Amino acid sequence: MLELAGVTRDYGSGVVALRDVSLTVERGELVGIVGPSGSGKSTLLHVAGVLDRPTAGRVTVAGHDTARLSDRQLSALRAQHIGFVFQQFHLAPRVPALDNVADGLLYSGVRRAERRERAAQALHRVDLGHRLGHAPHEMSGGERQRVAIARAIVSEPEILYADEPTGNLDSVAGDLVMGILSQLRDAGTTVVIITHDREIAAMLPRQITLRDGRIVPAQVPA
Amino acid sequence: MTQPLTPRRMPLGDVVRTGGSGLRTHPLRVLLSALGIAIGIAAMIAIVGISSSGKAGLNAILDRLGTNMLAVAPAKGELGSDVTLPPEAETMIGRISSVESVTAIGAVKGVNVYRNDRIPVTQSNGITVVASRPGLPEVVGARVAAGSWLGAASSPYPSVVLGATTARWLGLSGSNLGGQLWLGGRWFTVVGILDPIELAEELDVVAFVTWERATADLGFDGHPSTVYVRAQESAITAVHGLLARTANPRSPQDVRVSRPSDALAAKAAADEALAGLLVGLGAVALLVGGVGVANTMVISVLERRSEIGLRRSLGATRSQIWLQFLTESLLLSLLGGLAGVVVGGLAAAAYAASQQWQIVLPGWAVFGGLAATLLIGGCAGMYPAVRAARLSPTEALTH
Repeated sequence: MLELAGVTRDYGSGVVALRDVSLTVERGELVGIVGPSGSGKSTLLHVAGVLDRPTAGRVTVAGHDTARLSDRQLSALRAQHIGFVFQQFHLAPRVPALDNVADGLLYSGVRRAERRERAAQALHRVDLGHRLGHAPHEMSGGERQRVAIARAIVSEPEILYADEPTGNLDSVAGDLVMGILSQLRDAGTTVVIITHDREIAAMLPRQITLRDGRIVPAQVPA
Repeated sequence: MTQPLTPRRMPLGDVVRTGGSGLRTHPLRVLLSALGIAIGIAAMIAIVGISSSGKAGLNAILDRLGTNMLAVAPAKGELGSDVTLPPEAETMIGRISSVESVTAIGAVKGVNVYRNDRIPVTQSNGITVVASRPGLPEVVGARVAAGSWLGAASSPYPSVVLGATTARWLGLSGSNLGGQLWLGGRWFTVVGILDPIELAEELDVVAFVTWERATADLGFDGHPSTVYVRAQESAITAVHGLLARTANPRSPQDVRVSRPSDALAAKAAADEALAGLLVGLGAVALLVGGVGVANTMVISVLERRSEIGLRRSLGATRSQIWLQFLTESLLLSLLGGLAGVVVGGLAAAAYAASQQWQIVLPGWAVFGGLAATLLIGGCAGMYPAVRAARLSPTEALTH
């Protein structure tokens, strides 16, 4: 599903965010990418989510070698195969949850009526079926993040990237969000969670640790 | 196994809805920046509407009054000499074959009008007494506002009819008909008041008595001061050329012939020049409004970096982001343009109604105004939209 081979991302002026990173995520996996801040997690997310191109190395997402794709094709790849959940939710203010979620299909060539219908289904999947008409400011942080998850999955992406999805939430809301993400994995979506929180990471079946832009070799369990 | 990737096209409805979504979050800002455009368009539409309605109004007046009237008067004599028309001028002009009707007035020198016999002689109000032929109202297109014209009602007393302005100066209205005025040392009965005469405004400020009465009682010398002529429309130029010689064969250079409808048209042309200037000012306002829209859009793009990043992550292409912000700018100025057309149209309609003109708002002005609005919106939105589209998704998201 996701394959990075020798990926380096160099921002110039000596700042190297990723150095020779290689990793493979299989279809249907739930993977945590862990590391302290400044370890290159966000850069890895941007590169793996084809929001950014690597300076060197190869990135393959959903069978597409991204080096061969134009900017337009990368956009289409994001629209059709990739979902994102961000720490700051990025919901449109004063817009009902239903329309916020429906915007997840705005660039997928789906008609408006169908977008709203599928948005309602996606909100039901994150247990927010009763809050379709509520705007973000009427919701708790956990509910907002679930709306954002619904928006990410409404287009039924094959791979979902969640960047610190629990970073702005208390532990109860955080657990609920993590539960929803593992349910998605159970339904067949590949989920990659980026976090600096070792406790969260410990809940995940597979962890990849980053430090100073490099993957730290997995310790063999004793 | 992998299918080729192509971005999906966005239907027009979604383009407009997405473009409008940015406007809903800042209603006050939208209102203020659309206001600039609205003021410019409203000014232009109002001025064009008022000027075209005025032109229509003038044409209606000219249609009603006719453009075939000529006025024959003595030219201002050189060295202050007092030139007059010969007494037989009216009759001679009446013999020109294309002349339909002719009438004359003659200023009665040294006679003034007073409310009563106790007012000092010097407080004459500058109202001239004029001897008039009975056919005058018909030829100059005068209408009686109250009472009747001279000679229509037989009165044992000498009668006087007042021009519209004269009546106002003397403080008289329709209810004063039958009252007496002190005129040249005797009492005259007010039998009528005229409406303003568009083709002969000089007649609004005089008092009319009959030719016979003026000769008999007021020492009128019988020399016409102006002869008014209606000629066949087709022969108007020919008649114009003949009039001076006919009125005063001995010294035609002392005769001045004018066509009063030309003066009205010239006044309208002068108004048109002023309207052109005002439309230019409206255009400047519109341009300033466009700068306001551009400013708003630049701020909007700066503020909404994370929205741009999110949309890119949802799969929006650069051109879809560009289109979104361009649409937003177009909608913003179109909003102002539509408001401006409505306000300007209403202003023009109100003014035209107050002038009793037919309301004329040319379609080219409305469509031209809206087209200008869209052009300005497009120009104002272009740079911000390009900036939004150039923003890299990661830069926009990490902001």
